[in-house]
Formats: sequence, structure tokens, C-alpha cells
Amino acid sequence: MLQAESKRYGERAIKWLLALCAALSVLTTTAIVISLIGPTIGFFEIVPADEFFFGVDWTPQFEPPSFGVLSIVAGTLNVTLWGMLFAIPVGLGSAVYLSEYASPRVRKTVKPALEVLAGIPTVAIGFFAVSFILPEVIVPLWPDGLLGGAEGKPFLALAAGLGIGLMVVPIIASMSDDAMRAVPRGLHEGAYALGATKAKVATKVVFPAALSGIVASIVLAISRAVGETMIVVLAAGSTPKLTLNPVESIQAMTSYIATTATGDISTGSVDYKSVFAVGTVLFAMTLVMNVVSIRLVRRYREVYE
Amino acid sequence: MEAGRATEQRNRLAVAGARSTTEAMLRSQPRGDVIRNTVFAGLLLLAVGIALAGLLALLIQAFAKGSSALSLDLLTNPPSTAFPEKAGYRPAIIGSLQLVAGVILFVVPVGIGAAIYLEEYADNSRWWNRLVEINIQNLAAVPSIIYGILGLAFIVRGPLDLGFILAAGSLTLALLVLPMVIIASREALRAVPDSIRQGSLALGATQWQTIRTQVLPASIPGIATGVILAVSRALGETAPLLLVGATVFVTFDPTPFGTDGYSAMPVQIFNYALRPQEEFQALAAAGILVMLVVLLAMNSFAIWLRNRYEQRW
Amino acid sequence: MLKEQTPKISVRPEFQQAAPPRIKEKVFELNGIEVLYGGVSAVKDISMEIGHKEVTALIGPSGCGKSTLLRCLNRMNDLIPTAEVHGELLYHGEDLYGQRVDPVQVRKLIGMVFQKPNPFPKSIYDNVAFGPRVLGRKQGLDETVEKALRGAALWDEVKDRLEDNAFGLSGGQQQRLCIARCIAVEPDVILMDEPCSALDPISTGKIEDLMIELKERYSIVIVTHNMQQAARVSDRTAFLMVELDAEEHNRWGRLVEYDATEKVFTNPGDKRTEDYVSGKVG
Repeated sequence: MLQAESKRYGERAIKWLLALCAALSVLTTTAIVISLIGPTIGFFEIVPADEFFFGVDWTPQFEPPSFGVLSIVAGTLNVTLWGMLFAIPVGLGSAVYLSEYASPRVRKTVKPALEVLAGIPTVAIGFFAVSFILPEVIVPLWPDGLLGGAEGKPFLALAAGLGIGLMVVPIIASMSDDAMRAVPRGLHEGAYALGATKAKVATKVVFPAALSGIVASIVLAISRAVGETMIVVLAAGSTPKLTLNPVESIQAMTSYIATTATGDISTGSVDYKSVFAVGTVLFAMTLVMNVVSIRLVRRYREVYE
Repeated sequence: MEAGRATEQRNRLAVAGARSTTEAMLRSQPRGDVIRNTVFAGLLLLAVGIALAGLLALLIQAFAKGSSALSLDLLTNPPSTAFPEKAGYRPAIIGSLQLVAGVILFVVPVGIGAAIYLEEYADNSRWWNRLVEINIQNLAAVPSIIYGILGLAFIVRGPLDLGFILAAGSLTLALLVLPMVIIASREALRAVPDSIRQGSLALGATQWQTIRTQVLPASIPGIATGVILAVSRALGETAPLLLVGATVFVTFDPTPFGTDGYSAMPVQIFNYALRPQEEFQALAAAGILVMLVVLLAMNSFAIWLRNRYEQRW
Repeated sequence: MLKEQTPKISVRPEFQQAAPPRIKEKVFELNGIEVLYGGVSAVKDISMEIGHKEVTALIGPSGCGKSTLLRCLNRMNDLIPTAEVHGELLYHGEDLYGQRVDPVQVRKLIGMVFQKPNPFPKSIYDNVAFGPRVLGRKQGLDETVEKALRGAALWDEVKDRLEDNAFGLSGGQQQRLCIARCIAVEPDVILMDEPCSALDPISTGKIEDLMIELKERYSIVIVTHNMQQAARVSDRTAFLMVELDAEEHNRWGRLVEYDATEKVFTNPGDKRTEDYVSGKVG
């Protein structure tokens, strides 16, 4: 009477099929790692590691070629730095405004606007950066001669940086807003009851309470900035330079990969393999940042949920 | 008499003193604080303003630069470097449509299946289930160009060896947005209260019957929204496609398995944007406008869908 | 009123074990049942017999494991990964936790109504029809649904709006819908976990009347906080209480007294029962 009426093989088969779908995600990461490792090892058989990691000249097309990755890493950091200097105040300011000051009606218009910004394809932002930000914003406003001046340069790290900054503002704003709204009302009300002003409540009570979520959003934004391709390709140029000067044209890791792996390139060449070596560096950098960000989000979620 | 008046005066002074002290204590804020608060609020508004201004500037500039090239021909003509006045986006549009179709075909069963497994079947105390979860969250944040490398080494060449065909590009994009679909689907499944599952199981339904008849139908709106948002992300991606064979100059209509090359909207826009001539810049801006309109329509549809059909518990 | 009794310090083991003399047919027999969550005991040493086509009430203060015990009877504890059930639980003489027993089959025979009404977000008809459909009994669905709704005293109120969404019903109606849903499957036993605690007094009264009707066809085991309810509807009552271990770290539920309802409420054998039912404790 209590035995199963049928063997129910179907149930078990379904469970295995679904598990396979979930396993695909692990397979993807494995595939990424495998794709990167093989040619990277091949690369380091040709190019010595200390030249790669400590060299400052990235000139693969010269004869003899030089593969000092610091140049293009500097390019990436250059763009990311200026981008974050823009995005952090704008993003955090927007987040504090949205969560502490904005009326529900204002929220209803501003938040979707930020979602729209988040959904804009990076090629469009890159186009905006090079055809508007560079000529109409930077060149007129940049003081002549400062750090070499911005005049007459078709590509600027700062243009790409501001484009990237605009791109990641929604990430910082949205995640920080969520983190601040997760702070219990009791904390707010306690502070107001003690006579604190709105500004004080926002900065001294809510902000510190939401700190791990806010930091997580910034780390995630940096990760996105580091991995961004189209904006740097369109606006920052393709000349590797070991500099953080915003009014120079530089080449980032991503633009090197994008411009090299698309040409007619033979699979055995050292150029081809260099793409994977750079890819490995990029993947490692973003992996560390992603894991840190995930951990931080988990920590603030645990506190409040 | 003198003493009386002195007492009166003292009393008056005392009362006045008490009044002014109390008023000083009850007054809302000292002046310095008010200034600081206004400045602070002002800075916050400035931040929001800059973000919104950036968005507006982008949209306005795209319109300003691209409106001259907007015409129906834009959608029906193939690209041309010799005659920019007659150039269009036709192969790119068809390519994008096919790419997106392929993404949906892959991502819907695999993404929902993975989400169902992780939410309904997997035991979260096991370490490997947690590993899968972190893995998916990480994959959602891996730079898109790395997916391009994956496509190049694994799908176009390597084990799958499909060659530089549109289907390979589609699969690459599908892998890119799969984590988004899984995460959104999981949230939709999680929103179904446990009491529904318990009620179903207590009636003698099996786990799959419960999922198929109760949990899944209730989470469809949330899942659909997630899929649409993932698809709009795939539509706008350029970098991975550059590495898996989306060549920038294709004048014929691409096909999924054709070996003569294919293109996509963002790739074509990129090509036009690289050329300095005004006509091509206008073409790039026009293409951006077309894409933005399509993306805005899709995202609004997704949000409408969620608001209209979302199950309120 | 309660007679003066010499308070017993501990309950004699044989008092717990023996079934009250009048159970004609057993539906459940529990021997030394213990439930642990993650290795920590929630209830210990439960031994009792539950009678067929009777209403058996489980009462006791919060946290004494009444719901935990109830959920053993239809293997709903299986859904909690860290739960373990030790001891012997027989259903009509068969081991409910035997090797080849299928929990899905168990739940077709032993149904459950939950504390908070949990109708599905579907029509009233589809709610009641869900069970039979899932069991493959698709013939004569209309009759089955009507019979179940009548059996739950809900038919007259909803017969003209069977296609309406169940969420539009009041709390009491939703709970009766859940009862209808449960009996549409034609189970042998109905378990009720505080079915009226989320309802208003009038709905509660209706459901209590329903329980007295239902016991003619089903065996009912009900967990309740409401002692008047237990006294009104049940034939037999089991009183559970929390026991602390020596260092007062762990707590688990124990069966203190189990007897005919009338006896438990008017002349309980154990002082602790007397304290609880007279409202002095818990």
C-alpha cells in the first residue's frame, strides 16, 4: 500500500538533465581557463616571464618584438583611474540622494533613467566619448600645456576614462542604493530622534552601515572598467605608453586583444599567443576583484537578512 | 518701595533671560549646520544631475549627428564604403536578428534548467553546489572580451571547431549572457513561497510535478523579464563578436552556418565609427539611434511584462 | 472542577505506552519516536496509538514539538535535509519509514492542512482538481470537485464562481478550500497543523463543526494551541511538554499524558497536564 506505484524513472532523468544544465556553468569556467592556459604556456616558452611582467615596452610589431606588459596594464589602469574618479562621487552621490533624499516620485523617474544608462551598448558610449566628450568637453576645458595639453589629439585616455566612468555610474548607484536601503529603518529613526540632520544621518549612520555593499559596488565597477573594450578602442587609441597621464593616447589590455585577434593572424605566431597571455592577466585581475565583491555582498546581505 | 521695584526688575530680567535661553535651545539648528546641510544636498543633486546630463548628452548627440542619415534605406541597404549616402545596415540587422534567435534557443532551456536544479533540487549545504553558485556569479562579471577568447579557442577552433560562422558567434554570446538568465530565473523561482510547494507535495505530487504545475508557471513573468534583459545585453555586445568572425564588411545577408562571414549591428556601427568622414560618422550615429530605440522598446516591454503578470503573494 | 490529586512527580512509563483501552482500530502506532534536526533532538520518546476515524488532538506549549511530530506522520519532515526520525512508526501495521516506502504514496493517503491557508494562485476549481489531476484521476473531475467542496462545507458559497481566483476568498474560505483540496484526493488520514490559528472566531467555529463531520470518513490528527477547540472536537488528547537536559542547553518535547479527551481536561493524571489545561502554565 505504501510502495510507489511506478518506478518514476522520468523524475530521475529530469533531475539529471537539469543538473547537466547547471554543470554547464562550471564547464564554461573550465573552458575559459583551458583556452587561456595552453597558448599562454606556449607564449612563455618564447618570451621570458621577467620581460613580460617587468618590461615597459609593448612593441610586438617591431623587429625584435618587445613584450613588456606593464605598458598596456598601465593603459588599463590609466583609463580606469580617471573613470573611477568620475564615477565614484557621481555614483555615490546619486545613491545617497536616491535612498535618503528623493521622494518616491523622483525615484520613479531617476532610477529607470539610470537603468537606461546601464543598458546603453558600449560601442555607443565609445562613439560618444570620442566624438563628443573629447572635442567638446575635454579640449575646450583642459588648460593649455598642462601635462602636454589636450589639443590636437584624436585619442585621449581621459575621454575613454570619462566614457567608462559614465558606463559604471549605474553599477555604483544601483548597488549602493540597494545597500543603503537595506539598512533598517530603526537606525534612521533612532538617529533622527536624537536630533541629527539628514546629512548627518546619511553620512554618519547609513553610509557606514551599508559600507560593505558600497565597497562591493565600487570593486565591481572597477572590474567592469578594467574589462571594458569598445570604449577604450574607440577613444583611447592604440599606442602603448607607460603613463597615467590622462591627456595621452594609450593602449589598454582589452584594446590590444581586440585589435590583434581580429586581424589575419596565424595561430602559431607569438602575436597570437600574446593575446592569450594578456587575456590571462586580464582574467586573473577581474577574477580577484569579482570574488572580493561577491564576498562583500554576501557579508552585508547576511547582516540584514 | 525701592525694594519692590528692584524685585520687579530682577524678576523681569530673570524671565527675559529664561525665555531667551529656552528659545536658543529650542531653535532648530545653529546657522553653520544649515549651510552645511544645504551644500551637502546641493552636491548630491549635482551628482545626480551630472549622471542624467551625461545620459541626455549622449542621446542628443547621437540624434544630432545621426538624424541626417536616418531613412528607411538605412535598414534595407547593404553597407558601402564608396557611397556612404547609400550605405545601410541590412546585413548587420539580419545578422543581429539571427544571433539573438540563437541566443534565445540556447539560453532559455539551459538557463531555466540550471536555475531549477540549483533552486529546487540542489542541497545548499554541499560544497560543490556553493561552488557552482560562486562560479555563476563570477561568470556574470567576466569581461566580455574573455568570452571572445573562449569563442575563438573553443568554439570557432578547438573542440567544437565550428569555424567563423554566425552560429559560433551566437553560441559565444549565449554563454556570455547565460549567467544573467540563471541568476534572474533563480530569483523568480525563489519568490514563489515555500508554502505553495509544501501544499502541493502534501497532496501527493512529486517534486517535478510540483515544479512543473505550480512553481514554474508562477515564476514565468520574472524569468521572461530576465531573458529579455539578457537578450538586449547580447544585442549590444561588440567585443566578443570581433574575435569570432563577425567581419566588419559583409554586403550580403548572412546565414547561421554560412562560411562567407557575417555581421552584427554593433560591429557595423563600430566600423562606421572608425572612419573619420562625416558621412560615416553620421551613419554610425544613426545606427546607434536605431539600436537604442530597439533596446529601449525591449526593456520597456520586459518591465511592462513583469508589472502586468507578476504574481503578488 | 478539577479534583484534588496527589501530584505525580514523573509519569509512569507504562502509562505512556498503553493505548487508552477503547481504541478499536489503530491507524498509527508510534514506538519511541525521536526526531532530530541537525543532530539535536526536537522530540523524544513518543509512544502512542492513534485511533482510526477518531479526532486526536496534540496540545502543549510552544516549542514542544507538536508540529514536528505531526509532520512525521506524512513524512513531510523528509523535506528538511537535516531531519532524522528514529523509532518505529507503523501505519495500519506497516512501517511508514520502511526501505521501499515511497513518501509520495504516503502523502496520497495521509493529507495535511497547514496553519496558514496556502491555496494555489489558480481558480477555485483548479485548486480542488489539482490533487486528482496529479494522481491521474481525470475522469469525472466535476463531480469530484463538487463532492470535495460539499465535504468541506464550501460548495454553496463558491458554486457560482468556481473559475474565480482562490486568492479572492476570505481566510476562512481559503482554509476550507485547502480542506476540500485535501479530501478531493480521498485520503485515509487528515493532519491539521493549527488550522484555525490564523482565522477569525466565526471561521474557526465553522471549521470545528466541519471536523466533527469529517471524522466519520477520515482519521484526523490536529495540533492546536486552543484548548477549548481540543476539548470540543477531539476524542483523544495528547499533552506534550518541553523538557530541558541537565545543563539546560538543549530542549525537546516529551509526551506527558495521552488519554480520552474528557479525562485529560477534567481529571488529568499528571500535575503538569492539570497546570496546563487550567491555564496556570504555558
